[in-house]
Amino acid sequence: MAADVVIVGAGIVGAACARALARAGARVTVLDRGAAASATSAHGEGNLLVSDKGPGPELELAKVSLHGWARLADELADELGPRFPSIEHEAKGGLVVVTSADGLDGLRGFAETQRAAGVEAVEVSAERARGLEPDLAAGVVGAVYYPQDAQVQPVAAAEALLASARRAGAVVRTGAEVTGPLLGADGRLTGVVTTQGEVPAGDVVVAAGPWSAEVAERLGSWIPVRPRRGMVLVTTPMEQRIRHKVYDGDYFAATQSAGAELQTSAVIESTRGGTVLIGSSREQVGFDDRLRAAVLAEMARRAVAVFPFLARTNVMRSYLGFRPYMPDHLPAIGPDPELDGLWFATGHEGAGVGLAPATGDLLAATMLRLAPAVDPSAYAVDRPTLRNHRPADVSDVQGTGVTRASDTSRGARGEART
Amino acid sequence: MRHVVVVGAGPAGLAAARAAADGGARVTLLDSADGLGGQYWRHMPAERPAEREHLLHHRWTTFGELRDALAAHPAVTVVPSAQVWSLERLEYGARLNVLVGEPDGVGREALVLEPDALVLATGAHDRTLPFPGWQLPGVYSAGAAQALAKGERVAVGRRVVVAGAGPFLLPVASSLLQTGASVLGVHEAAGLGALGRGWLSRPWELAGAAGKAGELAGYVRDLVRHRVPWRPGEAVIAAHGDGQVEAVTIARLDERWARVPGTERQVEADAVCVSHGFTPRLELAIAAGCALSASRFVVVDAAQATSVAGVWAAGEITGIGGADAALAEGAVAGTAAAGGDTGAGPALVAGRARTRARGFAARIEAAHGIRGGWVGWLRDDTAVCRCEETTYGRIREVAELTGSRETRSVKLTSRAGLGPCQARMCGRTLQELLGGPEPSLGTALAPAVDRRPLVVPVRLGDLAALPQRPQQSPNPQENPT
Repeated sequence: MAADVVIVGAGIVGAACARALARAGARVTVLDRGAAASATSAHGEGNLLVSDKGPGPELELAKVSLHGWARLADELADELGPRFPSIEHEAKGGLVVVTSADGLDGLRGFAETQRAAGVEAVEVSAERARGLEPDLAAGVVGAVYYPQDAQVQPVAAAEALLASARRAGAVVRTGAEVTGPLLGADGRLTGVVTTQGEVPAGDVVVAAGPWSAEVAERLGSWIPVRPRRGMVLVTTPMEQRIRHKVYDGDYFAATQSAGAELQTSAVIESTRGGTVLIGSSREQVGFDDRLRAAVLAEMARRAVAVFPFLARTNVMRSYLGFRPYMPDHLPAIGPDPELDGLWFATGHEGAGVGLAPATGDLLAATMLRLAPAVDPSAYAVDRPTLRNHRPADVSDVQGTGVTRASDTSRGARGEART
Repeated sequence: MRHVVVVGAGPAGLAAARAAADGGARVTLLDSADGLGGQYWRHMPAERPAEREHLLHHRWTTFGELRDALAAHPAVTVVPSAQVWSLERLEYGARLNVLVGEPDGVGREALVLEPDALVLATGAHDRTLPFPGWQLPGVYSAGAAQALAKGERVAVGRRVVVAGAGPFLLPVASSLLQTGASVLGVHEAAGLGALGRGWLSRPWELAGAAGKAGELAGYVRDLVRHRVPWRPGEAVIAAHGDGQVEAVTIARLDERWARVPGTERQVEADAVCVSHGFTPRLELAIAAGCALSASRFVVVDAAQATSVAGVWAAGEITGIGGADAALAEGAVAGTAAAGGDTGAGPALVAGRARTRARGFAARIEAAHGIRGGWVGWLRDDTAVCRCEETTYGRIREVAELTGSRETRSVKLTSRAGLGPCQARMCGRTLQELLGGPEPSLGTALAPAVDRRPLVVPVRLGDLAALPQRPQQSPNPQENPT
């Protein structure tokens, strides 16, 4: 088989795919229209969570990935040396708190299903919760502790994965935007056309996060990824008073919902720099990047409800990013069902950092016909839960023809993005 | 009645507010300070008036006239201590979210404004290039020294060295002299060659900027009277001391601002005031979506209109031009924002004054603009980001190890620019060290170091206390198929 692979997207998922493929012997080129790790990967919190996942394929991937990160933290540090910025891997544990008896019942039931699926989910009393987090609000009536929840610094982690991939022979080209496909006489994808010229390849992997739908369309295919916006607040540095990742019980409901309306839930944690990160919000507003004060206010209210002392702290920064949202809440990892040579590793919504190692390994295993660690069918692009989102004829929804690369390139560039 | 909101009560904002009110608009003038005047006319608080205030200020009478005219105007509301902490871009126009009260106070009053027209006159802060020892107590930005001298009558030291680039060094030295400090010298990085090219080309244009030249001549007279040497082509390239500035190293510079080897000399001093230019405060203009020029000032047309309908800009955010340019631009912007004709009457006169003052601004950039040789002043252990104490050596090392020259990535992996000042001090320096322009995604994800959606720090409790408003979805939901 052809060993050269082009990966479109130098975020955390593209970086993990690049490392896995390069170390398995493939010749890899990573393309990004901007800089590495500069979009979705740089605008989240670096969560590696099992606490927010119910039993199912996403949890299975998360469990494998959690081990992957623990292993990677050591491997990358050994490989890249002590001067390389730390990926700040920390298994600090998560604490989900609830403020009502109803909420407690719901959380208990959910934790039970997680335990059955192999997650460590320890129910703790309100008193014990305050032992873990002394500054919790008086209204907290109970909690579940998830010792497996961890985090990394996502930009450092993506840069480390890319640096490791480079050492295995991968090439990273930034500022190169994909404008169209290179197609063989048999209609197979044989590379991409970019703003920096043609890049031939045996296989092309789209790992462009929320922009994957657009890249897929430019290449002549389709993936139902949409942006789901999130905001984060950052306080000024302070003495650390928050020891774990602390969420209010609404976080799970927000991650699993499909609603377009604003959803917020408190996700609070300290960083090594002394700041406190406060999430999270979910909105489906396209790639609209305008600040909405009402969203910040709602996040602030939820954070203060969990940790009242935060009311007196100063927020010095807010940032927003776009998660790659899939209609069935599962990432797409595997070959395109129709266009030979096209692959996807995208659609992880808010879990891309956590799921990156397992995604990279799964993609490499599938592409190189090795034994995968998880059953790939659940993440297949032609899975039943995506099929009914698929248009009858993919070419009908394309803005451009795909017969000649040069035409496509021109047409795709001329299209307005929503 | 048309409602015009002016942000910033320095020369540009005061002139804009007055012109808008004279043009028939209802005007709200916001400023984060507790008094009017901005950085330029910073003065003692009203409850402790200084008898000889006018001696410290150029055009003090102009300030007095503007202040009195605004106070007397029934259609003008002045809101001091007003922090505009964010701007929301609406389908038409903008919403300003304001907190009114002491910046560190609890329970500040929230004000939400949706004006018919917005004039941004947010000014600039002075930019200081890093050098070894610049973190020592006793090293002041010239703006901070000026503020202490003008607003508090406090001298920053007894033996003070002033260094940097640009005409602003002169009034700073002058203010220091008036607080009783001994100014050992004013060291201007620009050499005589650049000064000559900037200031002596097309000399006939300077005649129109007589006011500015007269102001500068006054400062020069102060220096001469106190026998303060003014030394072009020199810089303070290091500060020394044990816990406090005790001496500085001064060196001659070449045309590129690289030190000339062998010219270094140490001078004993207990304070040094440095300013290498100005950085416009662009947060609100960026939040509003205003187009910026390649040199990162707000782009405006002849009527001071920005690229965003309903938003005008005046003063230093449109180019560093000084108070005369700011006054003229403010008058034009205020007239236009009120719906008036800028091609007639006082606005036409102001427009002509603006053109002359803008020529002056171009000369400042040509003569005093930062040249790349300053990087050679740095040592590996020189802090570039003072908040996070990230050194020049670490920034270079991280960029080399990760292979990234992109500001956001290097910030997040080196921690430079992540501290409480949010890269206001080091952002542009960092960008220059990493080598200039970067690929842009053209969205919030673009790595602009000037983008700060939260314009000033806000207490989480103040955010939580904001009134709940119905959620409006800016975009109709796209059809999923």
